[in-house]
Amino acid sequence: MSDSKDLAGGAKDDATAQGVDKAQADANARPDEQAQGDAQAGPRIGDRRPMTLINVREGMFGSGGDTSGYAGLVRPIQMPGATERPYGEWFDGIVDVLEELLGDRAAEAIEAVVVDRGELTLHIAREHLVEVCQHLRDDQDLRFEMCLGVSGVHYPADAGRELHAVYPLQSLTHNRRIRVEVSAPDADSHIPSVVSVYPMNNWHERETWDFFGIVFDGHPSLARIEMPDDWVGHPQRKDYPLGGIDVEFKGASIPSPDTRRQYR
Amino acid sequence: MTQERTAPHATGAFTDDPEAPEYSAYGGDWSEIAEEAERLGQQRIVVNMGPQHPSTHGVLRVMLEIEGEVVTETRAGIGYLHTGIEKNMEFRTWTQGVTFCTRMDYVASMSQELVYCLGIEKLLGITDDVPERASILRVLMAELTRIGSHLVAVGTGGNEMGATTVMTTAFIGREETFRVIEMISGLRTNNAYIRPGGVAQDAPDDAVAAIRAMIPKVRQKLDELVDLQLANPIFKGRLKGVANLDLAGCMALGITGPILRSAGHPYDVRKAEPYCGYETYDFQVPTSTDADAYARVVLRLEECYESLKIVEQCADRLEKTQGQPVMVADKKIAWPAQLALGSDGQGNSLDHIRHIMGESMESLIHHFKLVTEGFKVPAGQVYQAIEGPKGLLGVHLVSDGGTKPWRAHFRDPGFNNLQALSILTEGGQVADVVVAIATIDMVLGGVDR
Repeated sequence: MSDSKDLAGGAKDDATAQGVDKAQADANARPDEQAQGDAQAGPRIGDRRPMTLINVREGMFGSGGDTSGYAGLVRPIQMPGATERPYGEWFDGIVDVLEELLGDRAAEAIEAVVVDRGELTLHIAREHLVEVCQHLRDDQDLRFEMCLGVSGVHYPADAGRELHAVYPLQSLTHNRRIRVEVSAPDADSHIPSVVSVYPMNNWHERETWDFFGIVFDGHPSLARIEMPDDWVGHPQRKDYPLGGIDVEFKGASIPSPDTRRQYR
Repeated sequence: MTQERTAPHATGAFTDDPEAPEYSAYGGDWSEIAEEAERLGQQRIVVNMGPQHPSTHGVLRVMLEIEGEVVTETRAGIGYLHTGIEKNMEFRTWTQGVTFCTRMDYVASMSQELVYCLGIEKLLGITDDVPERASILRVLMAELTRIGSHLVAVGTGGNEMGATTVMTTAFIGREETFRVIEMISGLRTNNAYIRPGGVAQDAPDDAVAAIRAMIPKVRQKLDELVDLQLANPIFKGRLKGVANLDLAGCMALGITGPILRSAGHPYDVRKAEPYCGYETYDFQVPTSTDADAYARVVLRLEECYESLKIVEQCADRLEKTQGQPVMVADKKIAWPAQLALGSDGQGNSLDHIRHIMGESMESLIHHFKLVTEGFKVPAGQVYQAIEGPKGLLGVHLVSDGGTKPWRAHFRDPGFNNLQALSILTEGGQVADVVVAIATIDMVLGGVDR
């Protein structure tokens, strides 16, 4: 892709983008007009959103009161941020080919590229997920034939991106693995289903619906799979209690693990 | 046996036709139901099999729509063994998580411990710091587990087809692997032996001799199974050409492990993406192109022989690395507690207790902090895959920088492969459903987690 040279230049903006506040970043996250008008600069991948906020930790203990004297300590904990080019190894090639295939939609489809611990993560806008997966599966240079399922992750602190669906994609042809990550707000927990591209994800998406309440639009039969059909709630969300019961032992009572005072 | 019209179950009717009569059968022979239905002019019957059925390999529910002897539609219902292991792990330290994940697929405990610990080590960035002897012990355990799992697959598969001797022979062979596993880890199953950074304890001095003594015993049982099954005309009649799934089907359904290799693709994570030094071991990956149930039994038995070759190499290496560490040197990660064999069995090492209680206050503090609080893992996420006995076993771990996982998700190969049950059985005979289930070789504890 001819724009790929501009990527390095565009990535310079990363430093400033890391510092912008959340609202501004969210505004940038829908860059339909901007991307069109800014075509000369090429897609500026990785500079639109601050990375996933995992949690905001207060004090030294998880719950039940902090007696350590550090109760006022507030620490936001974030995922490793977007990576600038060059990504290293074979990662640049993957992103190049994908950008070329997506054409002018690349800028809005690929929200960020993260290289961490030797693994490539592509953050994809949910509207473009199916198209991206189709390219990742079918292009001869990508050829990620196998999706190893979908793992839901709930980040309640990450406003507007609370629910994440993480797809590990495996290429048997090239013996590579990448990760595609898609987010959805809790208020509108819809993500398009990739079953039309990866039929093996049928049960995996049902499981993620069951446990996280992510609705995979277009799934052939999105029914609960692990929990009973009439179960209320989605148990692996962070706001769903573990449901443990206190242990009573000779008059003393030990709270269940999720209500116990604990280190974090 | 009773037959009656009953109202739809609470979970909903299997068909959307409200006029369809429903038969409930308890015990007896299903062919009698078929005769009864034929007498009544009904060809299409829906049979519910499981979740408490002796030939469904655990608490698997299978809903079959049959016409005469032919299965026209199959649906699998799972979730009867869901125990919330992934959720529970979020409330326990990284080290304690080993005790949970080992209980998922309880026939392949060590594989899950291994993938989970490799994932944690990747998150910590200490993959290269794991001592060689720990990796050898991990490979040894993973391969003994593979043999045990395949023997259960072949053995219970035989049992479900009525060949009890196959089952007893296979389980005797598996017990031999358990003797070695118990000698080294202290437990037959659910070992919690592989820990982040290494293994819980070193193998005892006589372990190498025990491994060498075990190999011919297991090989003998494998030989017996080969002799008993592979040329047997009844066995061949039941399995050859049954439960076919070609390579295109495998790829569409994300099938890995022996089923994928029976369709001709030699994908094995141990070769494709070696971990724990598998690239230094000499072994083959058997494949077939027959793509049927028979080929999968042959492959599982062949893999057992290959695993024995690896176990033999592990014994040699254990002999050479005698006395070397089995846990990372970083004392902020390495589990401080030491175990020792006393007169009343395995327990705390008295030397270690003496040291922390009588000699070093700092050691006591360190021990207490690490055991109760655990170690912190930098924020981030990783995906780790290994070749489990049943296929690609993956784990997705997310850390929030704390002492507990933010999210731990396991890709159990059985969960994924069970999706193939419909395609394996539809259009076939009812009796072949049992063969198809056995050939998938899932363990419901792993499927449901």
